[in-house]
Amino acid sequence: MHIHFLDPYHAGRSPIHQLDPRVKLVLAVAFILTASLLPFGAWPSYILLLALILSIELLTEMGIAYFLKRAFLALPFMLAALPLIFTVQGTPLATFTLGAWTFTISVEGVERVASIAFKSWVSVQMAIVLASTTSFPQLLAAMRALRIPKLLVAIFGLMWRYIFVLADEALRLLRARAARSGARRDAPYKTGGTLAWRARVTGGMAGSLLVRSFERGDRIYAAMAARGYDGETRTLPLPALQTWHWLVLGAGLIIYILIWLVGALIV
Amino acid sequence: MHHTIQVHNLVFKYPDGTRALDDVSFTIAPGEKVALVGPNGAGKSTLILHLNGILRGEGQVRVAGMEVGANANLPKIRAAVGLVFQDPDDQLFSPTVFDDVAFGPLYQGLPEKEVRARVAAALAAVHMQDYAARVSHHLSVGQKKRIAIATTLSMEPEILVLDEPTAGLDPRARRDVIKLLRELPQTMLIATHDLRMVAELLPRTLVMDQGRVVADRATPALLDDEAFLLAHGLEKP
Repeated sequence: MHIHFLDPYHAGRSPIHQLDPRVKLVLAVAFILTASLLPFGAWPSYILLLALILSIELLTEMGIAYFLKRAFLALPFMLAALPLIFTVQGTPLATFTLGAWTFTISVEGVERVASIAFKSWVSVQMAIVLASTTSFPQLLAAMRALRIPKLLVAIFGLMWRYIFVLADEALRLLRARAARSGARRDAPYKTGGTLAWRARVTGGMAGSLLVRSFERGDRIYAAMAARGYDGETRTLPLPALQTWHWLVLGAGLIIYILIWLVGALIV
Repeated sequence: MHHTIQVHNLVFKYPDGTRALDDVSFTIAPGEKVALVGPNGAGKSTLILHLNGILRGEGQVRVAGMEVGANANLPKIRAAVGLVFQDPDDQLFSPTVFDDVAFGPLYQGLPEKEVRARVAAALAAVHMQDYAARVSHHLSVGQKKRIAIATTLSMEPEILVLDEPTAGLDPRARRDVIKLLRELPQTMLIATHDLRMVAELLPRTLVMDQGRVVADRATPALLDDEAFLLAHGLEKP
């Protein structure tokens, strides 16, 4: 009856699951930052990053295949980088003509695209590790603790809370439409109506969903105001970080800096 | 006469393995009016969604002489079974009342003249003739409920299946809906918590609890069995 497949979080008791969400969030963001700051073609550093993320995935006890499969999400972003093969100037690798156009593939272009592809691939893997080992409420608490603007965190939180409600509502609309999409038993009429009519119906459904979401938003706000909401979300403070948390955080950041130094010095 | 509902050993599991329907079997004869009662989460709505193939479980469901499992039958089954959902807002998604009531006939590809005749007849049946041009969004809950029933009547179904038709209605709107349901000739299965309506309208009652049919009895005898009702989260009206 309900939609639950949206939640990427998988409960577990691995060291990665148990790491404090604040430390996890900082280390994940810093990892992505390190990957994006590395120069193009710094392959030894890239290999180190891959080794690091694979080790972390092993530690989650969820199986590396789980992460690699989902990491294909990064593929569409690589499409945007593809034209670089032709536009970057450098040692020509191959040339071909297409009508009035001449395309030259350069070694530097290929290297740059491969670098971007690799960087986004490992970054997406880290994001998946973070999302699948940290529950969303924990993530929100970590964001608040890290002084991410409260309004932004509140918006993330409400979005997460109500996206399931909205998805359920959409599901019920679709079912109600399916329930009335029938055919006469005797008459040989063509069912389904015209494309334009179906589009109009779908438009009506989308509109109805929008109006209902809007009204729901009003009701939610009224319910929040009735309990004293003044634009600020107050939560209980998180426990202070223990020494080993600080050690993990420090060690992680030092590893990132070393990896970056290796890359920056080589190229 | 083939507008029956036959459910045999129906099992439906959620992806996590929970049995929402556990070996459900019953038969409803043409013209019968049957109540489906039971606590929240008993599986009533899940069962209803099986009757026109929106959900598919293991086991056999035959409706109006057709096997629900076969894809080729689905459009015919959906025309034969009018499903009225609990929240009329889910069912009324078009800009005007007319568009909503015309959806079923238009989908079936009927000629315009017949579509108009069907809409007029369906709105007359629910006593809402004057509302064709209105915007569904601005109607009262009771009016929306009656329009939702009209949207299925316009398909001329043999069987009507209603989920909580009286939930959230004020006494007058509830009375109107009960009167309307009494007037309709179709075979009927009504899922509800409104046992007073059941006593008044539906001679036979199925009781569901935790995915199973735990009773299938004549309504008066069932409603007299206070201990049984309490054991399944119900209350004597």
